[in-house]
Amino acid sequence: MASQGGADAVWDAAEARRIMETYQGLDGALIPILHALQDRFGYVDDAAVADIADLLNLSRAEVHGVITFYHDFRRRPPAAHTLQICRAEACQSVGARALEAHAKAKLGIDYHGRTPDQRWSLEPVYCLGNCACGPSALIDGEIHGRLSDERLDTLMREAEAGRREAAE
Amino acid sequence: MSKVRIYVPMDSSAVAVGADQVARGIERLARERQREVEIVRNGSRGLFWLEPMVEVATAAGRVAYGPVSPADLPGLFDADFLGGGKHKLALGRPEDMPYLKNQERLTFARCGVIDPLSIEEYQAHGGFRGLAKALHMAPAAIVAEVTESGLRGRGGAGFPTGIKWKTVLETPAEQKYIVCNADEGDSGTFADRMLMEGDPFLLIEGMTIAGLATRATKGFIYIRSEYPASFRQMNRAIEAARAAGYLGSSVLGSGKAFDLETRLGAGAYICGEETSLLESLEGKRGVIRFKPPLPAIQGLFGKPTAINNLISFASVPVILDDGAAFYKNYGMGRSRGTQPFQLAGNVKRGGLIEKAFGITLKELVEDFGGGTLSGRPVRAVQVGGPLGAYIPADGLGVQMDYEALAAVKGMLGHGGIVVFDDTVDMAQQARFAMEFCAVESCGKCTPCRIGSTRGVEVIDRIIAGTNREKNLRLLDDLCETMVDGSLCALGGLTPYPVQSALRHFPEDFDKPSRKAAE
Repeated sequence: MASQGGADAVWDAAEARRIMETYQGLDGALIPILHALQDRFGYVDDAAVADIADLLNLSRAEVHGVITFYHDFRRRPPAAHTLQICRAEACQSVGARALEAHAKAKLGIDYHGRTPDQRWSLEPVYCLGNCACGPSALIDGEIHGRLSDERLDTLMREAEAGRREAAE
Repeated sequence: MSKVRIYVPMDSSAVAVGADQVARGIERLARERQREVEIVRNGSRGLFWLEPMVEVATAAGRVAYGPVSPADLPGLFDADFLGGGKHKLALGRPEDMPYLKNQERLTFARCGVIDPLSIEEYQAHGGFRGLAKALHMAPAAIVAEVTESGLRGRGGAGFPTGIKWKTVLETPAEQKYIVCNADEGDSGTFADRMLMEGDPFLLIEGMTIAGLATRATKGFIYIRSEYPASFRQMNRAIEAARAAGYLGSSVLGSGKAFDLETRLGAGAYICGEETSLLESLEGKRGVIRFKPPLPAIQGLFGKPTAINNLISFASVPVILDDGAAFYKNYGMGRSRGTQPFQLAGNVKRGGLIEKAFGITLKELVEDFGGGTLSGRPVRAVQVGGPLGAYIPADGLGVQMDYEALAAVKGMLGHGGIVVFDDTVDMAQQARFAMEFCAVESCGKCTPCRIGSTRGVEVIDRIIAGTNREKNLRLLDDLCETMVDGSLCALGGLTPYPVQSALRHFPEDFDKPSRKAAE
């Protein structure tokens, strides 16, 4: 899942390069670099591929291959908010299929889609380790359990209003 | 009045149901009411239906309240919960609760009890004693102790840990590695997560002992990205352990080096497969490797590598501390010691239950779990994650043991147990198993990559009643190909849930004709 929706940083090649160099020395540095870039910018711009390849002495195909292999990495900026619903069996047993149907209907999109107003993207996630307190979802990277349709609606409203912390 | 110590779990599951808000609420109310409190963010005891479960240290020991919501807090303060006062959410002393009292907690003895990041508390509760012994033992003697304990890999395959370590020890190399598989992707499992969050020094101790046993000087913990809190907690614990001399170029001044680093996965179930995980650690696509060579001989960066599940490492300190005989005394048959079972899904009292092997599934689901959360009858229980078989309600007498489960065409896996009530559509569950395999396949071998997609299509045709008999035969044939022809457990075990659903619940796959007959 890495970084979440709401990252509003604009891609900056110079800063990206500095981030790459920070992690360059690690064993198996590629995935830590990709995580760090996505944490900062919300996605990994295609422009980064050649730079990373150059820095780690890899082919561009290898870097591209890794970015596209893992579900976490995004190649374009995320929507303002990200909703990830757990699709795994433990959550299914307590109503995740109904919850995902509700979310899809409410947002008018399917998994991997985003709303036309760029406000929400909807992604599946396969297990958050919250299997005794399902159904579970991540909203902008924050974990929520024992979700009902109503509770999900409330949390999404709060995320949009950005007032969750302020209200407490 | 003196400062009152209050425990509010930082465990992700507790946080998912409001623990952070509860902790902040306690802080605020204590300030308003001029009470001095010290809030400790402990791990979870694993009684998840009671989370957020708040504990207060009183003169008579710790007393628990739960599940606590922020709205309950004014009432709790009014009832003097800081002094252990009576309240409708009061649960008494946690260790007196049958759910905990009836467990055999060796690996999870400290989880939820101590401040997870306090080395002093870890030591006060028996921590680092296994390491202290290991530091005075020859590598072969450590390996022998682990072998003698009967410990088998807790990730699912059940391979004897000592044998694996022996291979690493006896393979000469300048650099060897210890790798912890904390890519706990099976639905219904959370033991790794709980330990990383609730008792991270235990993993550090277990991996350090593994390093001493195999002469490996560097370890990596590969943590799935779905567990960001675990990743942060492990990093903090490693830093603290290094500062206190437990990690580094000379562990506790012994002259023996061992250090640890964490790596974050990136959302790929396949990386729980050990060779795929090694590829990912090397910064590559998580595509599985052919075996042989075994990772114990050519593992991470081509070097001898002891790669084990997190719970395997975490089981080692107690084996070194109390001896192989002590550990071996638990369990049955060839399954020795204890297993952290994780009870999840549609169950009244879900949580972590550490018990010796041999307990029945029925005892876990009914005695500990209290039946379904919905109150409806149990229909099926999936044991061992998304690649595990569905066991019907009348099969719950099976004992939880590697061999006993294999005998009913099931598997223990990582110990996850997911309960379903009678509203479940088993044809949809079978379809999901194939769909999940299609989403998560690394793509290296054809039976898994293509077979899973064809599997979804064939099951759809069966559900629709199209050429039923022919498609059932085709599905059988496909499953056989996947079992026999896949390179790893993903393709090789996906047929388990599919075929067990078909075997035990054929009526769910025959709805059109049943409708017609009505």
